[in-house]
Amino acid sequence: MLTLDNVRLSYDDWHLSVDMEIPAGARVAILGPSGAGKSTLLAAIAGFLPLTTGRILWQGQRIDTTPPAARPVATIFQDNNLFPHLTAAQNAGLGLRPNGRLSGPEGDRVKAALARVGLDGMGDRKPGALSGGQQSRVALARAILQDRPILALDEPFSALGPALKDEMIDLVKDLATEREQTVLMITHDPGDAVRLGGSGAIVADGTVSVPVEAETLLSDPPPELRAYLGER
Amino acid sequence: MSNTYRSFGLAAAFAVAALVGGTLLSAVSVSGGLSALAPGDWAAIRFTLWQAALSALISVALAIPVARALARRQFPGQRLLITLLGAPFILPTIVAILGLLMVFGRSGWLNALGGGLHLPEFSIYGAHGVILAHVFFNLPLATRLLLQGWQSIPEERLRLAQSLGIRGWTLFRLIEAPMLRAVCPGAALAIFLICISSFAIALTLGGGPRATTIELAIYQAVRFDFDLGRAGLLAMMQLAITVTATLLALRIAIPDSMGAGMDRRITSSSRDGILPDTLAIAAASLFLLAPLAALAVRGLPHVMELPPAVWSSAMRSLMVASASTLFCVLLSLAIALAAAGGGRRGVLAETLGMSALAASPLVMGIGLFVLIRPVQRPDLAALPVTALVNGIMAVPFALRALIPAVARVERDYGRLAASLGLTGWSRLRLLILPRIRRPLGFAAGLAAALSMGDLGVIALFADGESATLPLQVYRLMSSYRMDQASAGALLLLLLSLGLFWICDRGGRKDVDA
Repeated sequence: MLTLDNVRLSYDDWHLSVDMEIPAGARVAILGPSGAGKSTLLAAIAGFLPLTTGRILWQGQRIDTTPPAARPVATIFQDNNLFPHLTAAQNAGLGLRPNGRLSGPEGDRVKAALARVGLDGMGDRKPGALSGGQQSRVALARAILQDRPILALDEPFSALGPALKDEMIDLVKDLATEREQTVLMITHDPGDAVRLGGSGAIVADGTVSVPVEAETLLSDPPPELRAYLGER
Repeated sequence: MSNTYRSFGLAAAFAVAALVGGTLLSAVSVSGGLSALAPGDWAAIRFTLWQAALSALISVALAIPVARALARRQFPGQRLLITLLGAPFILPTIVAILGLLMVFGRSGWLNALGGGLHLPEFSIYGAHGVILAHVFFNLPLATRLLLQGWQSIPEERLRLAQSLGIRGWTLFRLIEAPMLRAVCPGAALAIFLICISSFAIALTLGGGPRATTIELAIYQAVRFDFDLGRAGLLAMMQLAITVTATLLALRIAIPDSMGAGMDRRITSSSRDGILPDTLAIAAASLFLLAPLAALAVRGLPHVMELPPAVWSSAMRSLMVASASTLFCVLLSLAIALAAAGGGRRGVLAETLGMSALAASPLVMGIGLFVLIRPVQRPDLAALPVTALVNGIMAVPFALRALIPAVARVERDYGRLAASLGLTGWSRLRLLILPRIRRPLGFAAGLAAALSMGDLGVIALFADGESATLPLQVYRLMSSYRMDQASAGALLLLLLSLGLFWICDRGGRKDVDA
């Protein structure tokens, strides 16, 4: 269970208040207008932003005071997800060993992770020689190796075409199911929430709504989502 | 950013400031009262200010037509010419001086030409020679700074002017003059700052009661009169002037000349003023390239006949340059890592690191001289001291290249690195060093070339056994062995540019994305 206990994030005169619980293994799409604080929320959970007040707990343990790398969260960013000067295998390997020095068996695990995301044999390529989708796959392989219970994705596939994006979301869903991971994914497309097959929460007007099953959310949108989607 | 970096960086920054401040204190500690100044010293202070002001004014004034022509015209080799305008920064002073002698000296090209026309002989020695050499070094800098000004004029404004039929003098008054008013003071001040601590040029072309700078007076007080009290006092004067000018410079934003290219063209489609533009570019190119060409013509045949003393001084110079580069790069990298982390400690690290801007080589030199003399013969310490001072003097330039680069890496990849737990040495090795290779190579190249060509503090310390190549060339020149001096200068030029090229190239090789 991921608990955001009376969390308040402030920046100048901008505020976001969150008080919610996300069951372990849930897949939550985070929707909402830009500037509402979706990325800020994720950054606070991943550890890049101190809370103004409140606590964040995972399985009852407080995590909001630990550094990002010590939190149970693997993050995939919107861009700059890979170091361009390292190969795919080196990038993925950092999820296992932050000093980049892998033992033989660890090297095999990196290969296996790359194979799992469909990049068999492409470990020696640098990001510049990979397509956008393949780069996302390397980041996912790294997340596999990080082996954290929570996977936080900050619109990582927004630059991909619709078909490729669906493919990537399916991959995330499969990986998370295999590993019983909790997924938090920011997206601006409600269709992604449905594709992810979990619930959706809306960030708007300084708060975050309680996650509701994605299908329900779309068939009967609450006012704040209706405002975001417009009449259709 | 981890705390280890911060501590290292702050320590490095304090080391720079301590060296700058400590040598200064030691210079001050030996200085006598104001009465210790000889009458000639007041003349030196006046001359220092006067020649720097005049050099700045002339350089900027001449740069206006050249920069305007470069901004408006397109011609083959333009890009190369603009790149070459950046070269004087790493051109050893003594090389340029010899080149200027070949053109403007007693038996130079100019007098050969003038003699044929029965014109009176032109002498390069004296105040006007000093200013000529300063203009040679700083006209390119001024041109680059003004060129940036022209390129910063929004394209739309020029198109609008064209569509309204505004041209010629009106165009200049409406669009270009306001830009010049904004850019020229900063450019002039930058050049003024460079020229007030001029030593090698005053040493070779100036001297005497009417063309001695403070830096030269410090050197003479130590070397000829052995009057440390006077030297210390002069050092204080020099410092007061440098610090005042630097503080002034902080208020008037000095434009950054590094890495400026020709990114955007504002080509004039009209043929208006094509003749003056062509003339400006041709004259500037001739003024800047003729001395180097003359040097090559004179020196090349004699390179192979250079005496062993020159070759061994070249070896010493390479050693000094290597040590100085390593020292400068390590210090600058540590400071840049701390500075890019921001916060009060980051600002402190950057400020302390930049403090070397206010130092002058001879002031640091006299301070070290006073410190070292009780424990060691100064000539034995000449090479390490030169490497040390050169390295420190190059720190501000290295920081200017490195701090923005490290800050960019942190901005782009800081969160990813934090989420992966990339800290300490791993972060440096896997993330920062690979991402800042280019500016790091560039900074190393600058440091190497600056040290290689330095003719400053070494002159204060060295004797016959410990001369570096620039000093050796200066000695050949002073004993009128011009063939050998030219050949030595050519060797020095080759080594300086070669070192810069190797370092800069090393940073560019197989860089990804």
